[in-house]
Amino acid sequence: MLRFIPLIMKNSFRNRRRSILTILSMGASLCLLGILFSLYQTLFLAEPSEAQALRLITRHRVSLTNFLPSSYEAKIRAIPGVKDVTQWTWFGGVYKDQRDPNNFFARFAVEPDHYFGVRPDVKITPEAREAFLKERTGAITTAKLAAKMGWKAGDRITIVGDIFPVTLEFKLVGLVDDPEGGDSFLFNREYLTEALPASSGFRDVTGTFYILGDSVADMPKISQAIDDMFANAPQPTKTESEKQFALSFASFLGNLKLFLAAICAAVTFTILLVSGNTMAMSVRERVREVGVLKTLGFTSGEVLGIILGEASIISLVGGFVGLLLATLVVDGLKRAPVQFANINGMSVSLEIWLLCLGVALFIGLFSAFVPALGASKTSILNALRSSG
Amino acid sequence: MAIPLSYNFRNLAVRKTTTLMTALGVGLTVAVLLAVLALVTGLETAFSDTGNPLQVLVMRKGATAELSSGITRQNYQDIKFKPGIAKNAAGEPMASLEMVTIINLQSVDSINGMNVTLRGLLPIGLSMRNEMKLASGRWFEAGKREVTVGKGIAKRFPDAQVGKQLKFGKGSWTVVGVFDAGESAANSEIFGDLNQISSDFDRADGLSSVLVRAQDRASVTALINAMADDPRLGLEGLSEVDYYKSQTSSGAPIKYLGLFIAIIMAVGSSFAAMNTMYAAVSRRAKEIGTLRVLGFSKGSILVSFFIESVALALIGGVIGCLLALPLNGVTTAIGSFVTFSEISFPFEVTPKVMMYGLIFAAFMGAAGGLLPARSAAKKEILTALREV
Repeated sequence: MLRFIPLIMKNSFRNRRRSILTILSMGASLCLLGILFSLYQTLFLAEPSEAQALRLITRHRVSLTNFLPSSYEAKIRAIPGVKDVTQWTWFGGVYKDQRDPNNFFARFAVEPDHYFGVRPDVKITPEAREAFLKERTGAITTAKLAAKMGWKAGDRITIVGDIFPVTLEFKLVGLVDDPEGGDSFLFNREYLTEALPASSGFRDVTGTFYILGDSVADMPKISQAIDDMFANAPQPTKTESEKQFALSFASFLGNLKLFLAAICAAVTFTILLVSGNTMAMSVRERVREVGVLKTLGFTSGEVLGIILGEASIISLVGGFVGLLLATLVVDGLKRAPVQFANINGMSVSLEIWLLCLGVALFIGLFSAFVPALGASKTSILNALRSSG
Repeated sequence: MAIPLSYNFRNLAVRKTTTLMTALGVGLTVAVLLAVLALVTGLETAFSDTGNPLQVLVMRKGATAELSSGITRQNYQDIKFKPGIAKNAAGEPMASLEMVTIINLQSVDSINGMNVTLRGLLPIGLSMRNEMKLASGRWFEAGKREVTVGKGIAKRFPDAQVGKQLKFGKGSWTVVGVFDAGESAANSEIFGDLNQISSDFDRADGLSSVLVRAQDRASVTALINAMADDPRLGLEGLSEVDYYKSQTSSGAPIKYLGLFIAIIMAVGSSFAAMNTMYAAVSRRAKEIGTLRVLGFSKGSILVSFFIESVALALIGGVIGCLLALPLNGVTTAIGSFVTFSEISFPFEVTPKVMMYGLIFAAFMGAAGGLLPARSAAKKEILTALREV
């Protein structure tokens, strides 16, 4: 069979325009398939990174919008295996004009010293770190968010509270590089507490606790211990790994798994149609040629092999083009200003390349099989008589 | 002189298999687009049907949702007697003090349960929602641990049935009825007595909002201005209709994801249509030559092939509509980042949505048909006639 490869190659591109159109059409679909697979992989299958696997988030059992007493912090800290804890409160609020979605970014009140304890992996200059620890009105954010909002270190940023009835003016003291944490704006919770009236019920509460454990093996035990400790308290807790917590946000989009699966199925079926159609067209045109090949002594099996070979080459090239495109698009998506989930870790991995090329090959072979079988079985006389 | 349309339709009919396969490819693309549009339309209907144009929702200044707002009973007394508020038959001002929070209910879809909105209100609040009807059972009674649930809740949660108990707050509550709020978002809420609920959540004086009914349209604006002009209150009025309209943004991520997918699929389908049309052009070279000899101009050949391509895609569009139609009325739910709870609503495959699908299909046909039609028109008469 190998000696037919040059013939197969020649045949694949004899109708150059059709082959290119088929490749582009399959490429578009496989590009989509590649993107959807990698989205699925990032959201549902990817193992958390080693550092991420050590982090937990504790929230109120009822919902994220219910607050927990700050006093829980000391109790959580005392649980064996807990290395550090910081309070972590969604501040919300309005920056400039809320009607412009570009002014939206996540703002959290944290405890700077414990924040660095929970996130030792965050990259920050020693000066910025020092400033964030010392300056009560100091705030830090990622370089990416700062670039998007046009901020530089030293800028004053005012945010009007909505959940919290205060207006806070911050000084951006430094930029961090945090590939795992998403793009948030962090500030000292003490500043928030002091700005609130003495009678305010918001002074001693936090939205969540962000926890660093000491070993991956201990994590389930720690989260169980936390939830057990507060099970009968007026404010019961729910502790999840950082990954699960993030996933619960993606589930806000509805049944995302079903959505992605349905679309992948529709896309695969579309490629099958496109490829089957092209192969049928190209085989039909060449029935007479099949007759010639057979006259020359090619067996039916060999003819079948040659046609299937052509189909596989075209679909594999289509798959390759599509996945190259997918890699570019995924890269672009990660740079998009607004993201609905943390997809910083998203990439078209080797498994996805192999899977998609496998799908392409399967589709090529499957779609060509029926027309190829028909052509290879045609008798020499009928084939030669065919007018194509 | 134009080539009769029947020429195109007969041609499509002769090449049944190719036509159907290409059309099915277009159809699947259209179906994906329609599914997304039907979801967004359903969500928009749910919100645009919510709210009375004569009602004003009063929340704390800066709050974007009832959940992040805070209102005291003193605020309520101050608001109640503002001029322009309608009075009911008993002569009481139609102003309803309400508390909104989130509770977690066991769901069939998610092991962690789903968040739903719980609303505590006074009898006057119920009377201001005259569009709501009881579907079964009765309304909750003041002073009792009873709730009436929206029909969307009853449909999705096995425990939310008349006679059953729901566990939240400090104990269990009896479901005494199911209400039907038409297509509005209130179908995804649970209603109960304000005083019972606020004391269960330790929020006797930390309520969420006040809903007021204006005497007439002019008073709506007057009331909104009156709130804004009274800095002592620190409150903000918003037309109820506008408030709910702003929440349709919850569908945005899924809308953009869906559009992105539909567009990539459309690119693939256009290439497939182009392939089919090129094949049609090359097979019919002789026919094209004959048509030219008969006196049809290059322009009319171009138009004819272009129309054929669009017709081919429109068949696909119709297939797409047929594929998407069974979705109509299927209930789904997505989470809202405004209310932090889920809103359930049916997909709506409206005529408008289907029209978008057909237009989309026509575009695919046009994009795929232009180049082949041009190449058909450019054929020289003699060479065309001589081609096999």
